[in-house]
Amino acid sequence: MTTLSIQLVNLFAAFLLLLAFAMLAQRRVLTLVNLYALQGLTVVAATTVVAHMTHQEHLYYSAILTLLLKVILIPWVLHRLIKRLNVRWDIETLINIPSTMLVGIVLVVFAFNLALPISKLSTSVVPGTLGIALACILLSFMMMITRSKALPQVIGFLAMENALFFAATSATYGMPMVVELGIALDVLVGVFILGVFLFQISEQFESLDIRNLENLKEE
Amino acid sequence: MSRAFSQLISILTPILLAPLLLGWVNQMRAWLSNRRGPGVLQPYRMLHKLFNKDSVMADTASSLFRFAPYAVFGSMLLANAIIPTLSTDLPLASAADAIALVGLFALARIFISLAAMDIGTAFGTLGARREMLVGFLAEPALLTVLFSASLIGQSTALPTIVEAVAHKHFAIYPSLVFAGMAFILVFLAENARVPVDNPATHLELTMIHEAMILEYSGRHLALMEWAASLKLFAYSTLGIALFLPWGIGQKATPSSLLLALPSLALKLALIGIVLALVETFSAKLRIFRVPEFLATAFLLGVIGMLTHILLGA
Amino acid sequence: MSPLVLVFISPLIGAIVLALVGHRPNGRDINVIFSFFTFLASVFLTARIVAHGSVFALDRQFFIDSLNVFLVTLTALIGFTTSIFSRPYMRIEEERGKMTPNRMRLYFSMYQLFSFCMLLALTTNNMGILWVAMEAATLTTVLLVSVYRTPASLEAAWKYFILCGVGIAQALFGTILLYMAAQKVVGHGQNPLLWTNLNAVKFHLNPVIMSLAFVFLLVGYGTKVGLAPLHNWLPDAHAEGPTPISAVLSGLLLNVALYAVIRCKVLTDGALGNHFAGHLMIGFGLLSVLVGAFSLLRQRDIKRMFSYSSIEHMGLMTFAFGMGGPIANFAGLLHMTVHALTKSAIFYAVGHAAQKAGSQIMDQIRGLIKISPTVGWGLMMGTLAILGMPPFGVFASEFLILTSAMRQLPWATPILLLGLGVAFAAIFSRVQPMVFGETSVKRLPHPPALLPVFIHLGLALMLGLYIPTYLNTWFLQAAKIIGG
Repeated sequence: MTTLSIQLVNLFAAFLLLLAFAMLAQRRVLTLVNLYALQGLTVVAATTVVAHMTHQEHLYYSAILTLLLKVILIPWVLHRLIKRLNVRWDIETLINIPSTMLVGIVLVVFAFNLALPISKLSTSVVPGTLGIALACILLSFMMMITRSKALPQVIGFLAMENALFFAATSATYGMPMVVELGIALDVLVGVFILGVFLFQISEQFESLDIRNLENLKEE
Repeated sequence: MSRAFSQLISILTPILLAPLLLGWVNQMRAWLSNRRGPGVLQPYRMLHKLFNKDSVMADTASSLFRFAPYAVFGSMLLANAIIPTLSTDLPLASAADAIALVGLFALARIFISLAAMDIGTAFGTLGARREMLVGFLAEPALLTVLFSASLIGQSTALPTIVEAVAHKHFAIYPSLVFAGMAFILVFLAENARVPVDNPATHLELTMIHEAMILEYSGRHLALMEWAASLKLFAYSTLGIALFLPWGIGQKATPSSLLLALPSLALKLALIGIVLALVETFSAKLRIFRVPEFLATAFLLGVIGMLTHILLGA
Repeated sequence: MSPLVLVFISPLIGAIVLALVGHRPNGRDINVIFSFFTFLASVFLTARIVAHGSVFALDRQFFIDSLNVFLVTLTALIGFTTSIFSRPYMRIEEERGKMTPNRMRLYFSMYQLFSFCMLLALTTNNMGILWVAMEAATLTTVLLVSVYRTPASLEAAWKYFILCGVGIAQALFGTILLYMAAQKVVGHGQNPLLWTNLNAVKFHLNPVIMSLAFVFLLVGYGTKVGLAPLHNWLPDAHAEGPTPISAVLSGLLLNVALYAVIRCKVLTDGALGNHFAGHLMIGFGLLSVLVGAFSLLRQRDIKRMFSYSSIEHMGLMTFAFGMGGPIANFAGLLHMTVHALTKSAIFYAVGHAAQKAGSQIMDQIRGLIKISPTVGWGLMMGTLAILGMPPFGVFASEFLILTSAMRQLPWATPILLLGLGVAFAAIFSRVQPMVFGETSVKRLPHPPALLPVFIHLGLALMLGLYIPTYLNTWFLQAAKIIGG
C-alpha cells in the first residue's frame, strides 16, 4: 500500500515537471491558464496521497484549501480577466522553443544536483521529489523571464508558488497550518492585486505587453 | 529447439502481420473520416499486385538503387527479429541490443536516402534531405527512450528489459511515463505519420517518405512498402515491449503463445486505433516546426532519465 | 492589555477605520493619531522589555528580545513621523490633482496595514509568519507605488511586485528547507518553525540543509533588502511612488528584511560552525556598496539618487553583520538605526523640495535656501549626515565598521573607502547646487512638515555624540545575540 502511495507521489511529481515544461513552451494564454489549473490539481492529488500515507490530518485541509484556491478560484479569476481584458486569443511569439527547452534541461540537472545531498538526508518517504519541486521552481522562474506579456508572467509566478507548495508537502509533510493559511491569503490577495494591476496597465498602455514597461532605465 | 522455434515465430509474425497492421490503421483512418475504406487486406493485395509487375529502372540508376530495397527490407526484418513480440527467449537478441536496434533503423534510413539521391531527381534529393533531418533528431530521442527503459532493466538487451518490467512485481515508473510520451512522438516522426509526414499524399511541399520511393516500381516498390509496414510493426511491438509488456511469454511454449498471441493482437489493434485517432485529430506541421516537435521528444526522454536517477524509479 | 497586543491592534483598527473614512479631509489626522498610538504602545513595550528582559507572548508565537525591540520602536517612530509628514505632503498632492479622495483612502488604509506587517514581521517568533508578513508588506505597498497611475509608476510597481515576489518565493523555499532541517531535531510536540526553538537546537541542525537554506533565504530576503544584484526594483519603486512611501520603504522595509536575514544567519552560524553565512553576506554587502555608489554618479532624479544611497548603506550593514563579532554587530545595529532616521529625514526634505520645484529632476531644483531655508537646511544637513560627516551618527557607525573591517578583513577596507568616497562626491556635488545657487522653486500652498526632519536629524546627531546607556546596553545585548 505504502509502496504504491510512494510511487503515486513520484508519478505526480514527474507529472508536475512535465507540466512545468509544457507551460514553458505554451504560446496561448488560455491554454496556459488551463495548464495552471491542471498543475494545481496534480498538487492536490499529491497532497492527498501524502496525507493518506502519513496520516497527517492538516494535509487534508491544505489539500482542500489548494483545491478551492488554485484549481477553482484563481483559474476562474484568470479566465474572467482574460475575457475582460480581451486577450483570449493572444499568442505570444516565443523565440526558439527548442533552445529554451535545452536550457530548461540544464536547470533541471542543476536542481537535481542541488537537491541530491538533501534528499539523502531527508526523513520524508518521498525524498526525491524535493529535486523535482526545485526544478519546477526554476522552470517557472525561467518562464517568467522568457515571457513578454503580463498575464503569462503572472501565471509563471503562480506556478512557482504551486511548486513551492509541493516542495513543502513532499519534503516536510506541509508547513504548520497557520503558515499555510497565511501563504494562501498572500497568494489570494496577490492575485487580486495583480488583477487590479493588469487593468491599470491595459488602461494605461492599451496592451499587456511588458515591453511597454521598459522605460525606467538608467540614463 | 524451442529457442529456434521461438525465434522463427518472431520473424514470421512480423512478415505476415505487418501489412495487416498497416491495413488496419488505414481502414481506421478511413472510418474516422467517414469513408468506407479499402478493407484491412488492401496492403496484401497491393503487395501481390506489385510483385507481379515488372520493375522499371531509371537510366541513371546504379546498382545501389537496385540493392537498396533488399537492404532496407533485410534490416527491418532483423530489427523485428530482436524485439520480443511473443516471447523473451530470442537467440538473436543476445547478439544485438537496443542500441543495435537504433543502428538497424539508421542503416535502413541511409540506404533508402542514398537510393533516393541515386537517381538524381529533385524529389528524391528533397525527400532524402528531409528524411536525414528527421532521423538526425529522432535517433537521439529514441536512444533516450531506450536508455530510460534500460535504467529500469539494468541492461540494454530488450528481453531483459521486458522481463524486468513485466515479470517483477508491479510498480509505477514515472520515468517510463516520460519515455512513453517521447516514444509516441518519435513513433509518429519515424513512421512518416501525420504531424510530420502524410503517407496518404504525394504533395511535393510536404512529403518525405513518399518522395524517396517515388522512382521505385514493381517488386522493388513492393519490398519498400513491405519494409515500411515492417518498420511500423517494429515500432509498435517495441512500444508494447517497453510500455505494455504484460502478456509476453518467457518461453515460446504453445501454452504461452496462446496467451501472447491474442494479447499481441489486441494491443496492436489498440495501437492502430490510437494512431488513427492521432492522425485524424492533428494537423500536419510545417517542416520547419518538425525540429521543435522532435526536440520535445528528446527533452521528454532526457527528463525521463533524470527522473529515474532522482526518484530511483 | 499587554502593550504587544496594542502594538498590533492600533494599526489594524487604523486600517479598517481609514478604509471607511480615509477619503475625508480629516483622514490625514486619523492616520497620525493611529500611528501615534502605535508608537506609544511600542514605547510601553520597550519600557517593559528594558525592565523585565525578553518576553514571549500568545503561546510563544511572538518573541521580543533586545534584537527586535529596538527595531519595533524605531519602526513605530518612523511610522509616526512619516504620518506627520504625510499630512501636508498628501494634501498638496491632492490639491494638485495627483491624488483623488479614493486614492487617499487606499493610501491611508494601506499605510496602516504596512505598519502592521512590519511590526508583525519584527515580533513574530515563527519563521513562516515572518515570511507571510514580509510578502504581505510587498502586497500592501505595491498599490501605493502605483497610486499615481502614471506609466512610470505602473512600471515601477510591476517590477517591484514581480521581482520581490520571485525573491520572496526563494525565501519560502529556504524556509521550507529550514523546517525540514528542524523537524529532525526539534523535540516532539514543539513547533519546529519557532525561532526560539530553532535557536535552542541550532548546533544540531543539519549543516548541508542549513547552508542551502541560508542561500535561499539570503537571496529571498536579500531581494527585499535591495542587495546587488537583486536591487533592480528598489530605485524604481522609491522614485515613482509617493515620497512618504519612499521614506518608509527605505527606513523600515529594508531594515526589517535585513532583520530577517540576521535571524537566519544566527541559526546558520550555529549549525555550520563556520563563516559560510558571514562570507556570503560580506560578498553581497561589498557588491551592493560598490554598485550603489557607482550608480549614484549617473542619477538625475533626486529620489532615485537617494534610493541608490540606500542600497549602498544596506550593503554596508550587510557587510558589518557578515563580519560579525561584537563591535561589527554593534556598528551594524547602530547604522541600521541612524540610517533609517537620516534617510527618512532626507526623503521628507526631498519630498517638499520636489513639490516646490514641481519636478524630481535635480537640474530643475535650484536654490532651495532662498525660498525656504528650513527645507534647504534640512536637505543639506541630512545629506551631510548620510554621507558620514561627523558629528552625525552615521559617522560613528561607519567609523566603527571601517575599523573593524581593518582588523578583520583588511583587504575589504579600500573597497569600502572607495564606495564611500564615490558616494560622497556624487551626492554632495548634486545636492550643493540644489540647496544654494539661483532659485527656481516656488512656495507651497501649505506649510511643510519639517518637524519630523529635525527630530530625526536631532536623534541622529545625538547618537553620533552620545549613546544613552540603556540604548548602549541594548545594542550590546543585541550584538551578542547575533554573535558570529
